[in-house]
Amino acid sequence: MLKNFEPNKIFSITSKAPKYVLIAFIIIISIGLVEALFISPEDYIQSHSVRIMYVHVPSAWISLGTFSIIAILSFVIIIFKNKSFILIAKSLAPSGLVFNIIALVTGSIWGKPTWGTWWAWDARITSMLILALFYIIYILAWRIYDDNEKVYKITSLIAIIGVINVPIIKYSVDWWSTLHQPASINIFAKTSIHSSMMIPLALMTASFALFSILIFLMKYNTELIKIKNKGLDRL
Amino acid sequence: MINDIISMNGYGIYVWSSFAFTLISFGVLYTAIKVQLIKEKIKFDAKYLNLNSNKKKAFRAQEAYKGILASNSVSKI
Repeated sequence: MLKNFEPNKIFSITSKAPKYVLIAFIIIISIGLVEALFISPEDYIQSHSVRIMYVHVPSAWISLGTFSIIAILSFVIIIFKNKSFILIAKSLAPSGLVFNIIALVTGSIWGKPTWGTWWAWDARITSMLILALFYIIYILAWRIYDDNEKVYKITSLIAIIGVINVPIIKYSVDWWSTLHQPASINIFAKTSIHSSMMIPLALMTASFALFSILIFLMKYNTELIKIKNKGLDRL
Repeated sequence: MINDIISMNGYGIYVWSSFAFTLISFGVLYTAIKVQLIKEKIKFDAKYLNLNSNKKKAFRAQEAYKGILASNSVSKI
Protein backbone atom coordinates (compact mmCIF):
# COMPACT_ATOMS: atom_id res chain seq x y z
CA MET A 1 0.00 0.00 0.00
CA LEU A 2 2.84 2.38 0.89
CA LYS A 3 4.11 2.04 -2.71
CA ASN A 4 1.16 4.20 -3.80
CA PHE A 5 2.89 7.10 -2.06
CA GLU A 6 6.04 6.92 -4.22
CA PRO A 7 6.94 10.38 -5.58
CA ASN A 8 6.50 9.52 -9.27
CA LYS A 9 3.01 8.11 -8.65
CA ILE A 10 1.97 11.11 -6.59
CA PHE A 11 3.47 13.52 -9.15
CA SER A 12 1.10 12.23 -11.84
CA ILE A 13 -1.71 13.62 -9.64
CA THR A 14 -0.03 16.68 -8.15
CA SER A 15 1.07 18.04 -11.54
CA LYS A 16 -2.49 18.14 -12.88
CA ALA A 17 -4.59 18.82 -9.78
CA PRO A 18 -3.61 22.45 -8.82
CA LYS A 19 -5.66 24.17 -11.54
CA TYR A 20 -8.83 22.30 -10.55
CA VAL A 21 -8.22 22.94 -6.84
CA LEU A 22 -7.61 26.65 -7.60
CA ILE A 23 -10.94 26.92 -9.48
CA ALA A 24 -12.82 25.14 -6.65
CA PHE A 25 -11.10 27.38 -4.08
CA ILE A 26 -12.07 30.60 -5.92
CA ILE A 27 -15.72 29.50 -6.26
CA ILE A 28 -16.11 28.39 -2.63
CA ILE A 29 -14.27 31.34 -1.07
CA SER A 30 -16.36 33.78 -3.14
CA ILE A 31 -19.58 32.27 -1.79
CA GLY A 32 -18.05 32.00 1.70
CA LEU A 33 -17.00 35.68 1.74
CA VAL A 34 -20.48 36.86 0.70
CA GLU A 35 -22.04 34.66 3.40
CA ALA A 36 -19.51 35.69 6.07
CA LEU A 37 -19.47 39.44 5.40
CA PHE A 38 -23.00 40.22 4.24
CA ILE A 39 -25.56 37.43 4.75
CA SER A 40 -24.75 35.94 8.17
CA PRO A 41 -26.33 37.79 11.13
CA GLU A 42 -24.44 39.85 13.68
CA ASP A 43 -24.05 38.45 17.19
CA TYR A 44 -26.31 39.90 19.93
CA ILE A 45 -23.32 40.54 22.21
CA GLN A 46 -20.31 40.89 19.88
CA SER A 47 -22.23 42.60 17.05
CA HIS A 48 -20.37 42.57 13.69
CA SER A 49 -17.01 41.70 15.26
CA VAL A 50 -18.20 38.07 15.31
CA ARG A 51 -17.51 37.97 11.55
CA ILE A 52 -13.79 37.70 12.37
CA MET A 53 -14.64 34.16 13.51
CA TYR A 54 -15.06 33.14 9.84
CA VAL A 55 -11.34 33.65 9.17
CA HIS A 56 -9.92 33.08 12.66
CA VAL A 57 -11.49 29.70 13.50
CA PRO A 58 -10.89 27.92 10.13
CA SER A 59 -7.28 29.15 10.14
CA ALA A 60 -6.72 27.70 13.60
CA TRP A 61 -8.36 24.39 12.61
CA ILE A 62 -6.30 24.04 9.41
CA SER A 63 -3.07 24.90 11.19
CA LEU A 64 -3.72 22.34 13.95
CA GLY A 65 -4.85 19.69 11.45
CA THR A 66 -1.82 20.26 9.23
CA PHE A 67 0.63 19.91 12.10
CA SER A 68 -1.14 16.73 13.26
CA ILE A 69 -0.80 15.25 9.75
CA ILE A 70 2.90 16.22 9.64
CA ALA A 71 3.40 14.51 13.02
CA ILE A 72 1.58 11.31 11.92
CA LEU A 73 3.66 11.19 8.72
CA SER A 74 6.82 11.81 10.75
CA PHE A 75 5.89 8.94 13.04
CA VAL A 76 5.53 6.64 10.00
CA ILE A 77 8.85 7.94 8.62
CA ILE A 78 10.66 7.13 11.90
CA ILE A 79 9.00 3.77 12.66
CA PHE A 80 8.68 2.25 9.17
CA LYS A 81 11.63 4.12 7.58
CA ASN A 82 9.24 5.12 4.81
CA LYS A 83 10.89 7.95 2.92
CA SER A 84 7.97 8.57 0.53
CA PHE A 85 6.25 10.55 3.26
CA ILE A 86 9.19 12.91 3.83
CA LEU A 87 8.34 15.18 0.90
CA ILE A 88 4.63 15.14 1.80
CA ALA A 89 5.38 16.25 5.38
CA LYS A 90 7.86 18.90 4.20
CA SER A 91 5.40 20.31 1.65
CA LEU A 92 2.59 20.65 4.20
CA ALA A 93 4.54 22.93 6.56
CA PRO A 94 4.45 26.33 4.73
CA SER A 95 0.64 26.53 4.51
CA GLY A 96 0.34 25.29 8.12
CA LEU A 97 2.61 28.09 9.33
CA VAL A 98 0.74 30.77 7.36
CA PHE A 99 -2.62 29.58 8.73
CA ASN A 100 -1.14 29.62 12.24
CA ILE A 101 0.01 33.23 11.74
CA ILE A 102 -3.42 34.19 10.35
CA ALA A 103 -5.09 32.62 13.42
CA LEU A 104 -2.79 34.58 15.77
CA VAL A 105 -3.15 37.91 13.97
CA THR A 106 -6.92 37.75 13.41
CA GLY A 107 -7.31 36.54 17.01
CA SER A 108 -5.37 39.55 18.18
CA ILE A 109 -7.56 41.87 16.07
CA TRP A 110 -10.71 40.16 17.42
CA GLY A 111 -9.37 40.46 20.99
CA LYS A 112 -9.26 44.28 20.90
CA PRO A 113 -13.04 44.93 20.55
CA THR A 114 -14.02 41.80 22.53
CA TRP A 115 -11.58 41.71 25.46
CA GLY A 116 -10.18 45.24 25.21
CA THR A 117 -6.63 44.05 24.50
CA TRP A 118 -4.58 43.04 21.46
CA TRP A 119 -2.70 40.33 23.33
CA ALA A 120 -2.97 38.31 26.54
CA TRP A 121 -0.81 35.45 27.77
CA ASP A 122 -3.90 33.28 27.79
CA ALA A 123 -3.40 29.47 27.68
CA ARG A 124 -4.83 29.05 24.19
CA ILE A 125 -3.05 32.04 22.64
CA THR A 126 0.25 31.04 24.22
CA SER A 127 -0.06 27.42 23.08
CA MET A 128 -0.90 28.61 19.55
CA LEU A 129 2.21 30.80 19.63
CA ILE A 130 4.24 27.74 20.68
CA LEU A 131 2.78 25.84 17.70
CA ALA A 132 3.93 28.65 15.40
CA LEU A 133 7.42 28.33 16.89
CA PHE A 134 7.40 24.57 16.20
CA TYR A 135 6.39 25.27 12.57
CA ILE A 136 9.25 27.77 12.26
CA ILE A 137 11.78 25.36 13.83
CA TYR A 138 10.54 22.56 11.52
CA ILE A 139 10.91 24.68 8.38
CA LEU A 140 14.29 26.08 9.50
CA ALA A 141 15.57 22.54 10.21
CA TRP A 142 14.80 21.62 6.59
CA ARG A 143 16.76 24.65 5.40
CA ILE A 144 19.72 24.14 7.75
CA TYR A 145 20.11 20.35 7.36
CA ASP A 146 18.89 20.06 3.75
CA ASP A 147 22.03 18.28 2.55
CA ASN A 148 22.40 16.16 5.67
CA GLU A 149 21.26 12.53 5.51
CA LYS A 150 19.78 12.84 8.98
CA VAL A 151 17.45 15.71 8.02
CA TYR A 152 14.36 13.52 7.98
CA LYS A 153 15.12 12.19 11.49
CA ILE A 154 15.69 15.69 12.90
CA THR A 155 12.53 17.16 11.31
CA SER A 156 10.42 14.12 12.23
CA LEU A 157 11.49 14.41 15.87
CA ILE A 158 10.60 18.11 15.90
CA ALA A 159 7.11 17.29 14.56
CA ILE A 160 6.58 14.42 17.03
CA ILE A 161 7.65 16.56 20.00
CA GLY A 162 5.57 19.49 18.72
CA VAL A 163 2.38 17.45 18.38
CA ILE A 164 2.24 17.13 22.19
CA ASN A 165 1.15 20.78 22.06
CA VAL A 166 -1.91 20.02 19.87
CA PRO A 167 -4.13 18.47 22.60
CA ILE A 168 -2.94 21.24 24.93
CA ILE A 169 -4.30 23.81 22.45
CA LYS A 170 -7.56 21.88 22.05
CA TYR A 171 -8.25 21.37 25.77
CA SER A 172 -6.61 24.54 27.13
CA VAL A 173 -10.05 26.20 27.39
CA ASP A 174 -11.30 23.30 29.57
CA TRP A 175 -8.16 22.79 31.68
CA TRP A 176 -7.48 26.43 32.55
CA SER A 177 -9.50 29.56 33.09
CA THR A 178 -8.89 31.43 29.84
CA LEU A 179 -10.32 34.38 27.92
CA HIS A 180 -11.46 31.96 25.20
CA GLN A 181 -14.90 30.39 25.45
CA PRO A 182 -15.27 26.58 25.43
CA ALA A 183 -15.75 24.91 22.02
CA SER A 184 -19.06 25.75 20.31
CA ILE A 185 -18.69 23.01 17.71
CA ASN A 186 -18.38 19.39 18.76
CA ILE A 187 -18.40 16.42 16.39
CA PHE A 188 -19.64 14.05 19.09
CA ALA A 189 -22.17 16.29 20.85
CA LYS A 190 -24.80 18.90 20.01
CA THR A 191 -23.32 22.00 18.38
CA SER A 192 -24.33 25.27 20.02
CA ILE A 193 -23.80 27.45 16.93
CA HIS A 194 -26.84 28.44 14.80
CA SER A 195 -27.01 27.27 11.17
CA SER A 196 -26.99 30.89 9.91
CA MET A 197 -23.44 31.12 11.29
CA MET A 198 -22.51 27.48 10.77
CA ILE A 199 -22.99 27.67 6.96
CA PRO A 200 -20.48 30.51 6.35
CA LEU A 201 -18.09 28.91 8.84
CA ALA A 202 -18.29 25.59 6.96
CA LEU A 203 -17.81 27.34 3.59
CA MET A 204 -14.81 29.30 4.79
CA THR A 205 -13.30 26.16 6.35
CA ALA A 206 -13.77 24.26 3.08
CA SER A 207 -12.18 27.07 1.06
CA PHE A 208 -9.22 27.34 3.48
CA ALA A 209 -8.74 23.57 3.29
CA LEU A 210 -8.71 23.80 -0.52
CA PHE A 211 -6.14 26.61 -0.38
CA SER A 212 -4.00 24.50 1.92
CA ILE A 213 -4.22 21.58 -0.54
CA LEU A 214 -3.35 23.91 -3.42
CA ILE A 215 -0.22 25.19 -1.68
CA PHE A 216 0.73 21.63 -0.70
CA LEU A 217 0.44 20.42 -4.32
CA MET A 218 2.53 23.31 -5.68
CA LYS A 219 5.18 22.90 -2.97
CA TYR A 220 5.30 19.14 -3.55
CA ASN A 221 5.86 19.66 -7.28
CA THR A 222 8.62 22.17 -6.49
CA GLU A 223 10.35 19.68 -4.19
CA LEU A 224 10.16 16.92 -6.82
CA ILE A 225 11.65 19.16 -9.49
CA LYS A 226 14.43 20.07 -7.02
CA ILE A 227 15.16 16.32 -6.73
CA LYS A 228 15.24 16.06 -10.52
CA ASN A 229 17.73 18.92 -10.65
CA LYS A 230 19.96 17.15 -8.13
CA GLY A 231 19.65 13.99 -10.25
CA LEU A 232 20.83 15.94 -13.29
CA ASP A 233 23.80 17.31 -11.36
CA ARG A 234 24.89 13.77 -10.49
CA LEU A 235 25.00 12.64 -14.13
CA MET B 1 -26.24 51.38 3.04
CA ILE B 2 -22.60 51.25 1.85
CA ASN B 3 -21.50 53.22 4.94
CA ASP B 4 -23.25 50.65 7.15
CA ILE B 5 -21.41 47.80 5.39
CA ILE B 6 -18.08 49.58 5.75
CA SER B 7 -18.51 50.74 9.36
CA MET B 8 -20.34 47.65 10.74
CA ASN B 9 -21.45 49.53 13.87
CA GLY B 10 -17.88 50.66 14.49
CA TYR B 11 -16.39 47.18 14.11
CA GLY B 12 -15.60 47.57 10.40
CA ILE B 13 -11.95 48.41 10.98
CA TYR B 14 -11.45 45.11 12.86
CA VAL B 15 -13.52 42.95 10.50
CA TRP B 16 -12.15 44.35 7.23
CA SER B 17 -8.54 44.33 8.46
CA SER B 18 -8.87 40.66 9.52
CA PHE B 19 -10.25 39.61 6.14
CA ALA B 20 -7.72 41.77 4.29
CA PHE B 21 -4.81 40.30 6.27
CA THR B 22 -6.04 36.77 5.52
CA LEU B 23 -6.45 37.36 1.79
CA ILE B 24 -3.12 39.22 1.50
CA SER B 25 -1.39 36.32 3.31
CA PHE B 26 -2.95 33.91 0.81
CA GLY B 27 -1.73 36.05 -2.07
CA VAL B 28 1.82 36.31 -0.70
CA LEU B 29 2.09 32.56 0.04
CA TYR B 30 0.65 31.59 -3.37
CA THR B 31 3.03 33.97 -5.19
CA ALA B 32 6.08 32.80 -3.19
CA ILE B 33 5.40 29.11 -3.88
CA LYS B 34 4.57 29.77 -7.54
CA VAL B 35 7.82 31.72 -8.05
CA GLN B 36 9.80 28.86 -6.42
CA LEU B 37 8.09 26.35 -8.72
CA ILE B 38 8.76 28.38 -11.88
CA LYS B 39 12.42 28.94 -10.89
CA GLU B 40 12.98 25.21 -10.37
CA LYS B 41 11.28 24.39 -13.70
CA ILE B 42 13.46 26.92 -15.54
CA LYS B 43 16.57 25.51 -13.85
CA PHE B 44 15.57 21.97 -14.84
CA ASP B 45 14.80 22.88 -18.46
CA ALA B 46 18.15 24.65 -18.82
CA LYS B 47 20.10 21.73 -17.34
CA TYR B 48 18.22 19.09 -19.28
CA LEU B 49 18.60 20.81 -22.65
CA ASN B 50 22.39 20.94 -22.16
CA LEU B 51 22.69 17.18 -21.66
CA ASN B 52 24.01 14.98 -24.45
CA SER B 53 21.81 12.12 -25.68
CA ASN B 54 23.57 9.46 -23.53
CA LYS B 55 23.05 11.46 -20.36
CA LYS B 56 19.43 12.12 -21.29
CA LYS B 57 18.99 8.38 -21.70
CA ALA B 58 20.63 7.73 -18.32
CA PHE B 59 18.43 10.34 -16.69
CA ARG B 60 15.26 8.83 -18.15
CA ALA B 61 16.31 5.43 -16.81
CA GLN B 62 16.29 6.70 -13.22
CA GLU B 63 13.23 4.89 -11.86
CA ALA B 64 12.05 7.59 -9.45
CA TYR B 65 12.05 10.24 -12.17
CA LYS B 66 10.14 8.38 -14.88
CA GLY B 67 6.74 9.55 -13.78
CA ILE B 68 7.99 13.05 -13.17
CA LEU B 69 9.59 13.32 -16.58
CA ALA B 70 6.48 12.00 -18.36
CA SER B 71 4.50 15.02 -17.19
CA ASN B 72 7.17 17.60 -17.98
CA SER B 73 7.27 19.57 -21.20
CA VAL B 74 10.95 18.71 -21.65
CA SER B 75 10.13 15.03 -22.03
CA LYS B 76 8.36 15.78 -25.32
CA ILE B 77 11.61 16.84 -27.00
